[in-house]
Amino acid sequence: MGEHLPILQVILPLIAAPVCLLVRHAATCWLIATLVSWFCLAIAILLLLQVLDGGAIRYQLGNWVAPWGIEYVVDRLNGFILVIVAAIGAVVAPYALRSVESELPERQIGLFYVMYLLCLAGLLGITITGDAFNVFVFLEISSLSSYALISMGRHRKALHAAYQYLVMGTIGATFFLIGVGLLYMMTGTLNMADLAEQLKPLAGSRIVHAAFGFIVVGMGLKLAVFPLHLWLPNAYAHAPSAVSVFLAGTATKVSLYVVLRFIFTVFGFEFSFVGQPLGPALLVLAVAGIVVCSLVAIYQDNVKRLLAWSSVAQIGYMLLGLSFATTLGLQAGLLHIFNHAIIKAGLFLAMGCVFLRLGSCRLDAIAGVGRQMPWTMMGFLLCGLSLIGVPPTAGFVSKWYLVLAALEKGWWPVAALIVLTSLLAVVYVWKVVEAAWFRDPPGTAGRIGEAPLVMLVPLWIAVGANLWFGLETSGNVDVAKAAAAALMGAVQ
Amino acid sequence: MNAGLLVALAVLVPLTGAGLIALAGRWPNLRESITVVTALLLFCVNALLAVRVLGGEAPALHAIEPVEGVAFAFAIEPLGMLFGLVASFLWIVNSVYSIGYMRANGERHQTRFYVCFAIALASTMGLAFSANLFTLFVFYEALTLSTYPLVTHAGTEKAVRAGRVYLGILISTSIVFLLTAILIVWQQTGTLTFAPGGILQGKVSDTLGLILLAMFMYGIGKAALMPIHPWLPAAMVAPTPVSALLHAVAVVKAGVFTVVKVIVYVFGLDYLQNLGGSEWLLYVSGATIIVASVIALQADNLKRRLAYSTVSQLSYVIMAAALFTPMAVAGAVLHIAAHAFGKITLFFAAGSIYTAAHKTEVSQLDGIGRRMPWTMAAFGIGALSMIGLPLTAGFVSKWYFLSGALDARSVVTICVIFASTLLNAGYFLPIVYRAFFRPAPEGGPHDDHGEAPFPIVLALSITAAGTIVLFLLPQLPLALARAVVGG
Repeated sequence: MGEHLPILQVILPLIAAPVCLLVRHAATCWLIATLVSWFCLAIAILLLLQVLDGGAIRYQLGNWVAPWGIEYVVDRLNGFILVIVAAIGAVVAPYALRSVESELPERQIGLFYVMYLLCLAGLLGITITGDAFNVFVFLEISSLSSYALISMGRHRKALHAAYQYLVMGTIGATFFLIGVGLLYMMTGTLNMADLAEQLKPLAGSRIVHAAFGFIVVGMGLKLAVFPLHLWLPNAYAHAPSAVSVFLAGTATKVSLYVVLRFIFTVFGFEFSFVGQPLGPALLVLAVAGIVVCSLVAIYQDNVKRLLAWSSVAQIGYMLLGLSFATTLGLQAGLLHIFNHAIIKAGLFLAMGCVFLRLGSCRLDAIAGVGRQMPWTMMGFLLCGLSLIGVPPTAGFVSKWYLVLAALEKGWWPVAALIVLTSLLAVVYVWKVVEAAWFRDPPGTAGRIGEAPLVMLVPLWIAVGANLWFGLETSGNVDVAKAAAAALMGAVQ
Repeated sequence: MNAGLLVALAVLVPLTGAGLIALAGRWPNLRESITVVTALLLFCVNALLAVRVLGGEAPALHAIEPVEGVAFAFAIEPLGMLFGLVASFLWIVNSVYSIGYMRANGERHQTRFYVCFAIALASTMGLAFSANLFTLFVFYEALTLSTYPLVTHAGTEKAVRAGRVYLGILISTSIVFLLTAILIVWQQTGTLTFAPGGILQGKVSDTLGLILLAMFMYGIGKAALMPIHPWLPAAMVAPTPVSALLHAVAVVKAGVFTVVKVIVYVFGLDYLQNLGGSEWLLYVSGATIIVASVIALQADNLKRRLAYSTVSQLSYVIMAAALFTPMAVAGAVLHIAAHAFGKITLFFAAGSIYTAAHKTEVSQLDGIGRRMPWTMAAFGIGALSMIGLPLTAGFVSKWYFLSGALDARSVVTICVIFASTLLNAGYFLPIVYRAFFRPAPEGGPHDDHGEAPFPIVLALSITAAGTIVLFLLPQLPLALARAVVGG
């Protein structure tokens, strides 16, 4: 049983999805989805522990030997990402019960869980596989299901948002496929480890450079790197609440993981950072993204949209860590992937609770809601502080390492920029806080109660995680450090 | 009791109190009792700690280390102990006062008010007892955030605008300058822990030392060095108990406390004495004293006048510390305590006048002393302490400050002290004169009032008495002040 964990990680949600399709009964589907999500988390944690103990796990699908057969590889980096994805899934699934019930028509609820499970399987699959083409397959599974999930949003605009994402996402996936195709043409292999070997003598090849470009840009689209982010704010704003939580916590993180995997493991540090100006390019995009998107976030009047823009800005911080091309920078970036997942999940969870009660997340609609839903908005505030980077929250820890990495490089202006842009986060978080607590509710509003426990508990798990990982950081920092060292060490 | 546990209690008692107050929101009497009991407990904790500190111990608590080498840690030294004692004692008095004030004025959202107050006190304790710059910074920001709802308490357009100024100045200076300075200190020295004699000696170049000094002084916006003082007058829209305890004691003293702490325990007096170019702080704080006093002279609104007086008095502390001599620093430490008692009395009196007579302007106070003898007598004592006349606490600290200035042969300082004494007399004595010696205007509105409600009068009498007691029995603060400078 133990040695089959890697395949169970993916196959479990993948099989549960058609089972849900057959069942169709809303509550049963929810139960299946929740149990599967929890099992996935347990598996992910077991895998990470195994990897931390005994090094990378290689699993041959159907016992077909590696370069020919598909291979699943779990090392420190993707073990870490698997836990993030599975953890967000495990929190979202129970939360979805009430949230989805109130936002979706009865007949779609079963389908929702089908799509959710497919999306989870896809994201876990992308992360765990050691095969470049397999990444594409799972990418399509997760993308198609997320288009469907977003389009389920209550408002008609959700359809448009899903369509926009579909167009952009398809372009991204196509670019990625072209890149993988070029690599296959040059090397005759799709296994990542094998690709890495075969590509070494081909570093000068223009086709390999083109492949690199296609893959990075293609994943950049899925990752919502500024300026390829335009699909994201609409998608997050109009998707059903539970979907916003799930995608905000997982989708972009997994895409970033693919980028890391390709530039470090497949192409290699030398090729990516020394052979071409990836560092400076990422730096410019990251900085522009952080500044522009934080400013745009300030001017939003829908909180979900505001959070979405903030997500694009936060992706900038992760890329910033990557652009330093140092172990410390990479560690800060990886840590921010983790921390941002729990921060944004928490914030969107809180907004889902508000949406359940008010049917809107507009700033003028949530006026005075802090007094009526104190637990929800308290959770929002704490996660918001984490987003700003106030100690003792998780957000502080990753910002701290990011600043240290900038200082280590001697890049004073970048360090200053990280601190200054935190001020922009203060402004947009405070806008929400001020509306929720310091404005009087609109006259039309009746009394509303606190969100149900089944939604508050997941929210406060996220809040607790934000505080816990702000205080007791040895666990996640060490894993991020080990993963960063492994990525850098393998190639230097 | 275990010393570490006591330290933890200093922060946990008010925090727990805040939680209980929130839960008891529906029963005002229970809620207010919890506030007073929490304040009493907190003072007991501080008193127990003070016994240890005076006995030469340094109670410490190493809580948790989120980032390698940077810990949430507390270590109590005499300066923080004095600040903690003053703040926790005055919180008891202020709680009594608040009950009278908030009820008499029928303020809304009283639960939020008391909860935020308790959180602000928890932050103050954490700040006073912090063992390193990181912990101090966290509580510094927590103090800003927890007092924001108090500043905007009224919820009016004006209050919200004032709240923006408050938050804008305090947060931006602290993040842009203070946090960056802390990061530079970390980068250069590898430590953030306060140490007697400082941690910068030999670790940074002179130029960087000067830059750091400027960043710290302007990063600590709560010390209200000009030109970053406007948040303090803006904060006066808050209900008077807030202005009294927070914007005359806890918040502003947190500012100058941090200034003294940074000068003594991060830079070190010896280091600064030998650092050429650090005199600018003397001039800037001197200018702040004079300019703020001149503005106070012209202000007709009583709370505004008191606010500018606070700006000026805060710079006394900074200027005394900026002489970098042990005697003057002792004066700075004493002034933190002395000014606290005097200024809280003045604010209590201002709130008392507002509650009983609904008067806010100095020009309306003719003859009010006959109707409100207790209030105006207390005001007079507070005013004497501000001027620094004998029989009040202000004299003691000014004495040390002046001795320090003579030691350092700083002519500028001596001139500023004299000029400011005259200015203080110039803007406080006319109020006392009006109140007692001018006839009340005939047929004015609201002139059928008597004294303010009992809790208010009780509170301001206690603090006025405290101002005199501190003059007669200054041993405790003196012992702590001497211990700060190691003499």
